[in-house]
Amino acid sequence: MSDAALPAAAPPARREAARARGESRLVQFALIGVSLAFLLFFLLLPLAAVFVEAAARGWQAYRAAITEPDALAAIRLTLLVAAIAVPFNTVVGIAAAWAVAKFEFRGKNLLISLIDLPFSVSPVISGLVFVLLFGAQGYFGPWLQAHDVKIIFALPGLILATVFVTFPFVARELIPHMQSLGSADEEAALTLGASPWRTFFTITLPNVKWSLFYGVLLCNARAMGEFGAVAVVSGKIRGETNTMPLHVEILYNEYMGPAAFAVASLLAGLALVTLVLKTLLEWHYGDAIAASRRH
Amino acid sequence: MATASLRWREPSILPGFGLALGITVTALSLVVLIPLAGLFVKAASAGPADIWAVATSPRTLAALRLSFLGALFAALVNTVFGLILAWVLVRYEFPGRRLIDAAVDLPFALPTAVAGISLAAIYAPNGWVGAWLAPLAFRLTIPFTDISFGFDGKVAYTPVGVMVALIFIGLPFVVRTVQPVLEELQSDVEEAAALLGASRLRTVFRVVLPPVLPALLTGFVLAFARAVGEYGSVIFIAGNIPMVSEIAPLLIVIRLEQFDYAGAAVMAAMMLLIAFALILAVNLVQARARRRYGDV
Repeated sequence: MSDAALPAAAPPARREAARARGESRLVQFALIGVSLAFLLFFLLLPLAAVFVEAAARGWQAYRAAITEPDALAAIRLTLLVAAIAVPFNTVVGIAAAWAVAKFEFRGKNLLISLIDLPFSVSPVISGLVFVLLFGAQGYFGPWLQAHDVKIIFALPGLILATVFVTFPFVARELIPHMQSLGSADEEAALTLGASPWRTFFTITLPNVKWSLFYGVLLCNARAMGEFGAVAVVSGKIRGETNTMPLHVEILYNEYMGPAAFAVASLLAGLALVTLVLKTLLEWHYGDAIAASRRH
Repeated sequence: MATASLRWREPSILPGFGLALGITVTALSLVVLIPLAGLFVKAASAGPADIWAVATSPRTLAALRLSFLGALFAALVNTVFGLILAWVLVRYEFPGRRLIDAAVDLPFALPTAVAGISLAAIYAPNGWVGAWLAPLAFRLTIPFTDISFGFDGKVAYTPVGVMVALIFIGLPFVVRTVQPVLEELQSDVEEAAALLGASRLRTVFRVVLPPVLPALLTGFVLAFARAVGEYGSVIFIAGNIPMVSEIAPLLIVIRLEQFDYAGAAVMAAMMLLIAFALILAVNLVQARARRRYGDV
């Protein structure tokens, strides 16, 4: 049925339809207002407060707070932990995505659920499990002490706790994307005589590079910002096992608010950079990443 | 399918299944599964009497109640406002929409300790928001009962502060699960409903919202699961008064610092079991909702 056949009826019907799709202006303004107020109180004010409080004592105090030796040691330790935990989880995440997305096998859904498990475990419990294994009273505690190996209150514990907490991030972004791409490209390359590794590095990896980057980005943000899990295993020895978030806590609890917010502002800056990169990825490569955002 | 289901895996010409699955299962076992199993073994080895003592101590119960009820309340708030926010972001055009869309993910990116000290600063009695809240104090008593509730004008260092932090941390989950579903809704069914004479409100509740329900429930569960175990953003604003504003994860840390490993393990195991049971229950409800409204 064409519009021309019903010249008189079409305009009112179309107006009806337009009205049906939208709310009145008043309702629109009200809903936008409610949303903005909600975001203001729960999101934007907390973010702004970090930078305002950090700047409260001026540039000199800010500089002093982030360049004192304990702060620098915390920054170095945070970077070191992330530099080990993130590549580890990237490799495992790629392997998990390859197994899950390219093959059909029994127990696949169970495996996916288990990979996601750390998301529903409290960060504190993520640290606790390693204390129970490797702490002084843990299962391996006496053996570790006898051989002079330190895991808890030392770097290995920080890395283990961080790996646990960030375990799902890369796999979770890659699996849906690889599943949506299928295996036809790889099969073609293999049939034409490419070696398995060459197929992987020239076909699979470039195909999923943006969702891989997306996953690594989120994994890194969490690894550098993790607090609960590392708080439990760190022992918070200044200059030795204190990461940046733990340093923020110590300063804050010692009533050194401006210094705490100065270090916190570095982490907030990291969060903003992460957010900007993430948004750019979504705008430019949304199709690849959109698949993963639905999960 | 009948033959395939007899095999452990379906044949494929792609290589690397053994290697990929081997890396995944080994890493998963060593980092996640064995340590978690160790937790339950430790908790069980405490013996029935000790488990019972920890599980029923008033301080444990108060902390668990605060964590679970606080998470429930925060997830409900996030469900309502998250739905409105997703609706506004998908349906309306206004200046700054894309910026706000991006900002919603801030709680994913901002380290929890940073969020914690910042929320404590602005909701403290002398903070940007806290200073304005004292006049809003009220107390209501339900007639003919002893039940009363209210707000004494303070947020930071009270259970209300705990909920503020939990709302912050769960904010993106509902928006991000509902948003893609709203984007894919076809507007022709809404037009049909309107042309058939339904009011806008009726169209929204009878036509638009039902297919969004499963996603809304998913977002609710994700926000709830995150909030139950949340630690970093809460401990600064909570005040951590035992029996009043002490959350369960903090009590686990306190027990650990007192070298009460068994007590910490028992409490952690309780938290995990309750959380898993709730998530499982909601997943079952959701499976029913999906069967009814289709897979959206």
